[in-house]
Formats: sequence, C-alpha cells, structure tokens
Amino acid sequence: MSIADTAATVPILEARKLEKFYQHPEGGRIQVISPIDLAVFPGQILALLGPSGCGKSTLMRMLTGLSPASGGAVYWHGRTVDGNFPNVAIVFQSFALFPWLTVIENVEAPLEAHGVSAIERHKRALRILDAVGLDGFESAYPKELSGGMKQRVGVARALIVEPEVLFMDEPFSALDVLTAETLRGELLELWLDHKIPTRAMFIVTHNIEEAVILADRIIVLGRNPAHIHADFSVTIPHPRDRKSLEFVELVDAIYRTLTQPDHKDAAAPPRTHVPGVGPKAKAVMLPHTRPGGLASLLEILVDRGGRVDLHRLAEELSLDLESLLPTIDTAVLLGFLRLEEGDAIITPEGHGFAQADIQARKAIFRKAAIANVPLLRQMEQGLRAKANHTLSEEFFRDLLDEHFSAEESRRQLETAIQWGRYAEIFDYDAGSGKLTLTES
Amino acid sequence: MPAAALPDVHPTPLPPAAKRPAGSRWSWAFLIDIAVFLFVFATVFGIYAIGRAWLGPARPQARISQNPRALPLYAFYSLVRMVIAYAISLIFSLAFGYLAASSRRAEMIMIPLLDILQSIPVLSFLPGVMLTMFALFPHSQLGIELGSILLIFTGQAWNIAFSFYSALKTIPRDLREAAIIYRFSRWQRFAELDLPFATIGLVWNSMVSVAGGWFFLMACEMFVLGKRDFRLPGLGSFLQTAASHGDTRGILWGVSAMITLVVLLDQLVWRPIILWADKFKFEQVESSGAAHPTLFHLIGRTSVLIRIYRRLFRPLINRLTLFFTVRARRAAESFTAPKQHRLRRGIAYAGIAGILIGLAFTVFYAVRELSDLHREDYVELFRSAGLTFLRVNSSLLLSTLWTVPVGVAVGFSPRLARIAQPFVQVAASVPATALFPIILLIFLRLRGGMEFAAMLLMLLGTQWFVLFNVIAGAMAIPTDLKEASQVFRFGSWHRWRFLILPGIFPYLVTGLVTASGGAWNASIISEYFHFQGKILSVPGLGSTISSASDAGRFDMLLASTLIMAAIVVLINRLVWRRLYRLASSRFKLEA
Repeated sequence: MSIADTAATVPILEARKLEKFYQHPEGGRIQVISPIDLAVFPGQILALLGPSGCGKSTLMRMLTGLSPASGGAVYWHGRTVDGNFPNVAIVFQSFALFPWLTVIENVEAPLEAHGVSAIERHKRALRILDAVGLDGFESAYPKELSGGMKQRVGVARALIVEPEVLFMDEPFSALDVLTAETLRGELLELWLDHKIPTRAMFIVTHNIEEAVILADRIIVLGRNPAHIHADFSVTIPHPRDRKSLEFVELVDAIYRTLTQPDHKDAAAPPRTHVPGVGPKAKAVMLPHTRPGGLASLLEILVDRGGRVDLHRLAEELSLDLESLLPTIDTAVLLGFLRLEEGDAIITPEGHGFAQADIQARKAIFRKAAIANVPLLRQMEQGLRAKANHTLSEEFFRDLLDEHFSAEESRRQLETAIQWGRYAEIFDYDAGSGKLTLTES
Repeated sequence: MPAAALPDVHPTPLPPAAKRPAGSRWSWAFLIDIAVFLFVFATVFGIYAIGRAWLGPARPQARISQNPRALPLYAFYSLVRMVIAYAISLIFSLAFGYLAASSRRAEMIMIPLLDILQSIPVLSFLPGVMLTMFALFPHSQLGIELGSILLIFTGQAWNIAFSFYSALKTIPRDLREAAIIYRFSRWQRFAELDLPFATIGLVWNSMVSVAGGWFFLMACEMFVLGKRDFRLPGLGSFLQTAASHGDTRGILWGVSAMITLVVLLDQLVWRPIILWADKFKFEQVESSGAAHPTLFHLIGRTSVLIRIYRRLFRPLINRLTLFFTVRARRAAESFTAPKQHRLRRGIAYAGIAGILIGLAFTVFYAVRELSDLHREDYVELFRSAGLTFLRVNSSLLLSTLWTVPVGVAVGFSPRLARIAQPFVQVAASVPATALFPIILLIFLRLRGGMEFAAMLLMLLGTQWFVLFNVIAGAMAIPTDLKEASQVFRFGSWHRWRFLILPGIFPYLVTGLVTASGGAWNASIISEYFHFQGKILSVPGLGSTISSASDAGRFDMLLASTLIMAAIVVLINRLVWRRLYRLASSRFKLEA
C-alpha cells in the first residue's frame, strides 16, 4: 500500500489542470483554485490538508462532480466524465442525514435511487449497519443518536453504494476528541482488513495528526488561490503510534510547511500559474480573526521566553490548526511575530504589545495595522480624504470584489472592520453600513 | 384566526425582502415589479370583462332553509367546499413553489407575482369570478359552486405557496449535495427531501389559510350582484339569511354550528397532524419538551389520517419512487438533449410572446374602461381610500393596544397561558364574518353603530394574528434577560422599554403585517352589509367596491380594486418591509 507498490498502477481518478475561478462582472477573474494536477491511486488513502477557507472543499466538490470546474478536467480510469460521474460517495462533516428518515431508511435511500428492490435494500442495509456497529439502531431517528453514532450512519450510507472512491469532508471534526479517535480507528480497521469494497479514500481535513494517522499520502494545500503546496508520502506502518519519533517528525514537518508565511508563497505563485489568469494585483488576505486572541498568544510567548515550537504550543493549548493558525498569521502580518523552522519568535513590537495595558495595546495595534495591512491603510486614507470623514461599506466592498470572490470579500471586510474598530481607526454603524473616521 | 397551539405560534412568512444590492440593480427589480403589476392588472380586468360579456339569463336561486335541522347538512356542504378549495390550493402551492425554487428565471417573475397576488383583495374578485363561472355553467349550480371554491382558493393559496418556496430555498447545502451524490431521482428528491423539509411550514400555513378560508366562505356563499342574488346552501348562507331576516335565534344556531365545526376540525384534524409533523422538525438534537410523547402516541395511533398516511400514502410513495427511478434511468440511457432544449425554448418564446400580446390588449381595454370614469369619481375613490386607510389603521392600533399587554401577560405566565389557551383558541377560530350579524344586532341600536361595527369586524378578523405573535414573542424572551432586569431593579417603564418591547418587536411586526393585509380585505365586507332587508354602509374603499359590484358598475369596481391592491402593496413595501428588516437586524435575539 506504499507509494512504491502503486506507482506503476493506473490512477482511479485523475485531475488535470483542474481549476476554479469566478468571472468578475467588470472584467477580470477571481481565481479560487489555480490549475491543479492530482491523482488518486487504488489502495491509497489520500488526505487533503489545509487551513480553513483555502478551497479544500471546493476542490473535493469538483472531483465528485458536485461543483463544475472552470477549467481542466477530471478523468476516471483515464477517461473523461461528462457530468456523469461514476460511483462516488461523500461522508459529510455535518452528517447530512435526513432527520425524518430512520437510520435504516437513511442508509437505504441511495439504493432506492439505484432502483434496488425493497427486500434486497433491506438486506444490504442491515449488513452494512452491522459492519459499522449500528445494529439495534435501525429504527431510531438521527436526532436520537449521539454525534458519533450519526456519523456511523453517514459512513454506512456512503459504503452501501460500494463507491470506488470514498470521499470524506472533515468527517470527524464535528465530533469530540475521543469519539473522533474511536471512529478513525474503526474506519481504518474496516479499510485495512478489506472489509469494504472501496478501493481508495479521499479525506479532506484540517487536522494534521488525523491526516498522519490515516493517510498514505498527504497533499498540503496553500491558499489564495488554492495550489498544491507540498506532497508528503507516509510510509509509517499501521497501527501508527502518535508518540513515535517518525510520527512526531512528520507532524512537525507538515506544521513547518503550513506556517510558512502564506503571503510569501502566494506572491511566488506555483509553476502551473498562467500569467494573466490570477488575480489582478495581489491583495494581502486578512486571516479571519478577532484581535482579542492576539494578546493571549503573545503573553504566552513572553512567558516562554519569546520563542516556542508551534506544534508543541498547539498541543499544550489543545488547539487544532484551525484555531491557532489564523491567530499566528495575524501576529505575523502585524509584525508581532516571526516564524523560523516551525518556531514562533516574538518581535520587540510584539513584546511591547503583550506587556502594554488596554489603551496602549490599541495604540500599538493601530500603528502596526496601518503600517502592515494595506487594506486598513487604504480605508484610513479613504475616510480621511472625504470631507465628512464617512464612507459606506459598499465602497470598500467594491474595492475588495476585484480581488476576492463575493463571499470572501464579505468576510475580508468583516474582519477589517473588526480590526479597525479595535484599533479605533474608524467607527462603524451596522444599521446604516457607514464607516466614520475616529476623531483622535 | 389560526386555531394554533399557543406556545408554537409560527410567524406568518413575509414576502422575502428581495435581495437588492446597492445601486443599479434596484431599479431593475422595480421594473419587474411594475411589469408584474401590469400583468395582474390585466388579469383582473380580463376576469371582469369575461364576466360581463357572458352575463347570461338569471337563474332561480336556491332557497336557504332556516330550520336548525338543516345545519348539519349545510355544515357538510361548506366543509366540502373548504376541503376541495384547500386541496386545490395545496397542489397549486406545491407546483408553484417547486417551479419558483428550481428555476432562477421563473423565480424572478414568480416571487414578485406572489407578493402582489397576496395583496389583492380577494373579495373584489367575487363578482367577476361568479359571473364567469355562472356563464360557463348556466344550467347548474356547478358554476357558482366552482366560483366559491375558486375564491376560497385565491384566499388560501399564496401563503402556502410562499412557505413551500421559502422552505425549498433554505434546505441546507449538505442535504442537497447528499441527494445529488447518491443519485436521487427528481421524484425521490421531492418525496424524501423537499416535501419533508417543508412539511412543518406547510402545516402551519395550511392552518392559517383554512381559518382565512372560513372567513371568505361565509361571504361568498351568498351575495348580491346587481339584481341577481347568488345562493349556495351552506353555513354562510344560513347565517346571512338569518341576519337579513333579523332572526336572532337562527343567527345563534348558525354561530354555534360554526364554532362546533371549527373546534372539531381542530381537535380531530389539526392536532394530530401537528404532532405527527413534529418528526419533520429539522434538528439534529432532540429538543427537550417539544413533543409530548404519550399524547403523540395516543393520538398518533388512533388518528384516521395518520393511519391513511401509513397504509396508503407511504407504500404509494415507495412505489412511485421505484417507478420514477427506473424511468429516469431509462431516460438517461436514451437521452437526446439538444433537440429537446431547442423545442422547449421555442415553446417558451411563443408563450412569452402570446402573454405579451394579451397583456397589451387587456391593458389597452382596461385603460379605455377606466377612462370612462370622471374626475369626480377619482376624487371620490381617493377620499374613500383615505377613510378606509384611517379605519384600517385605527383597528390595527386598537388591536395592538389590547393584545400587547394581554399577550405579554399570557406569555410571561405559564399558569395564565394554560387558562387562556382553550378560550383564545376557540375565539380565534370562529371566522369574524360569522359573528358580524351578531355585532350588528348589538351596535345598530347605537348612533354611528355601523362605523363601530365596521371597525370591530376588521378588529375581529385581524387581532388574533397580533395576539398569537405577541404571546410567542413574550415567551421567546430568555429567562436570563428577565432575571437581569430583576437584578438591576428595573421599574416597570424600563422593563417595558429595554426588555419587553424590543423583545416582542419582531413578532409584533410579523403579526401586524398579516393583520394589515387582512383588514384591508375585510373592509369589503365590513363597510357594506345587507342586513334585515336594508343595506348598511359607511363610506370607504371597501364599500365602494361592494356597492360598485352591487350596482354592476364595472369601471368603478376595476378602479377601486386596483387602488386597493396598489395601496396594500405600497404599504407593504414602504412600511412593513422596512420595519421587518429593522426587526430582523436590530431586534433579533441571538443565542
């Protein structure tokens, strides 16, 4: 099941120059996913890893045919598919069970869609439910079940169509830590013992350890626009021990890759990048954080002598990548932190920020924000230029729309407003949507 | 009006605040509104024109018995009308909502259309519809029967259609994707995703609609048009005959029959259905105390309806699912896409062209008809519109004044709610039109009695929406906020200002929107009434509509109907929608 065995075989599923972009109404396009080449080989568990909002889910939806690609194509067994995707199944983060159907009806529903007779349906559903440990719950409704049980139903529903590739979209991230661990173990057991006919699995996740525990190959996605940032193959034999040296080293290596300053790698786009295809002028993307968490992060750093290993920090705070990375990104963007070989090092400005009182912090934040965040600088200058020092948020939304998709520019503006309010650069009236320069 | 369980009052859906991003797109949406309004305008006129052209020979009227023994049969007749009208409304709503939700282009026209149709006073259709139906079936009662059913339909369908549409639009993405990825056929998607997801909204809106249907049924079973008297045997005609004869005993008999029927329906039909619908609640976690399992099992097992559903409906759905999947698979194998598309597009273009030509014609004739009216007529029309405006808004004000304190008291005290529930429910479920003769009997002895009576009828027809919503709003105020206001020793003024009024505001607005539309519609009956052989009326737009249809003045009828529809739409757009937006942005209680 290692790469060496499968290298010679033909991939089940292959994406060639698969990309996604939105046409901007006033010309130009917003690239969400830059052209990506990717192959899924039989006998492999592939994990797609990346920070939130980087486009993992969109990529998966294009591979499964849920979302049309803007360019490139998906090949199954070397042949293109025209809207008619072969047997795939998805396990959803939110389970996506039909609450008005019982457990067994939920599992039978895909078979019903395939025109299987009622008796045959029932037989096969019972078999699958037994395999995932759900016997006795056939006639329960999803709302009566715990999260872990619900996801077992989700897995059963996916397996019953005997998919060639089983897709999973953050399948365990809505569950508590222990339940998630149990389910991962059970899934791996089904897979390793060949109890399921599935020939490959494709797992989208933001949890590094989950990826390392399950996958044979880990693809790390960078963002803005999404691109393949790194490709790790995992050769640690199962069962994998989280404490083993090679496991920890791999997790550390992936951590380092992920925390490489993101705007740097976006500024040097991947080789597949075609000139004129990407966003017009590169806009710095704000991580979606509130300034509140920044102070505690920096305080911890000061307590640890100003330098700390990120992986260890996350473990100690029991935070996953999803919650920690954006705050780190924010600190780096504002010049409060530096990253070096997976370690975070506090800067003098960061030190000052951590030790200041509330008012002084705001002043330091304000200085750093105007110096380092182009969007906030732009907003401040725009407001100052107007006689009444007031502009509507629509104005800035239009500016952002040139660089980001509609959804992303909404979030960008939301974050910028959070920061600007905290820094007392401007006031914001949610009722009228007006921004007003704060008089100092 | 809805015979709803108090704690579960569902706010009536509002027309969606059409998403209007800044700038240029607004005017585009406005153009669509105008086009749609023109279309409706043309249709309304078309109905009148056909009705007038087909004015056939008069038919002998059915004699309405005044014997209380006839009541069970009459109640049955009325019920059958109701059931047929509701069935048509439901089928229409499902088709309309499904189409609007599945095609972006259709949606652009269908939703504003629905919004306007919702605002048109149903009762002013009455003469046109009746005349048309009568002309179509001159030799039987069928025409009038169909006419009354059609009218009830127009009073019921829109909000059911709207609730179905908005449910379809809010189906979570994951569920949709699951249905796609597991290859559900169109039918299976409808039966296992769309319909179940919309069920709860459909049930609640059906209850509201049926309650509203009784209101109209009372009015359209018997009415006068020119020299012609249309009568259908039923509860409504029984009551009206008793009223116009001044037969107090008959009126009381009729009202008690009405109340009995409504209470029986509530207990035997709606209760079990609501409990059954609980399983369609879209929740991943079982909510505490929402369902009463023992009661559910008790009623759930015994109810005929549920049994019918299990024995008949479920197997039928399963059969259909298999049938459609097999067919869809076959169709997919022998698929010839481009040809079909071209054909379909051609048909669509021809259809659009036909509609446009028809539109141009009707608008032309309608304008010609309207140009018969003199300037004095218009002055008169606007004066009466102003009077009705005052009347409608005073009745809204009155209902707010009494429902807010009462609703808050009931909502805050579970004990009071328990006592008040059965009483309020019965009171709310009796259609105001049935009570009108009694009110007139009382008020006619006073000076200006008709003026009072008219406002009271509007009030009766609309206050329950407001009351139910206020109660629901008061119940929704979180306990910790109440406790906070206690801890900080708020006086009663501050309690109302900072806690209660903001808390119930969204609910109050929802209730008032529905009430406002209802009151305009009710003005057609309440401002003009045949009673004890006389015509009682007060000046107003409603009485203009009624008297114009009485006198057969179609130009006046057309003009007044259009003005009323325009006023309702305008008020919705300018006042209610804004308040609603304010309510949902600033006064929303978020966890």
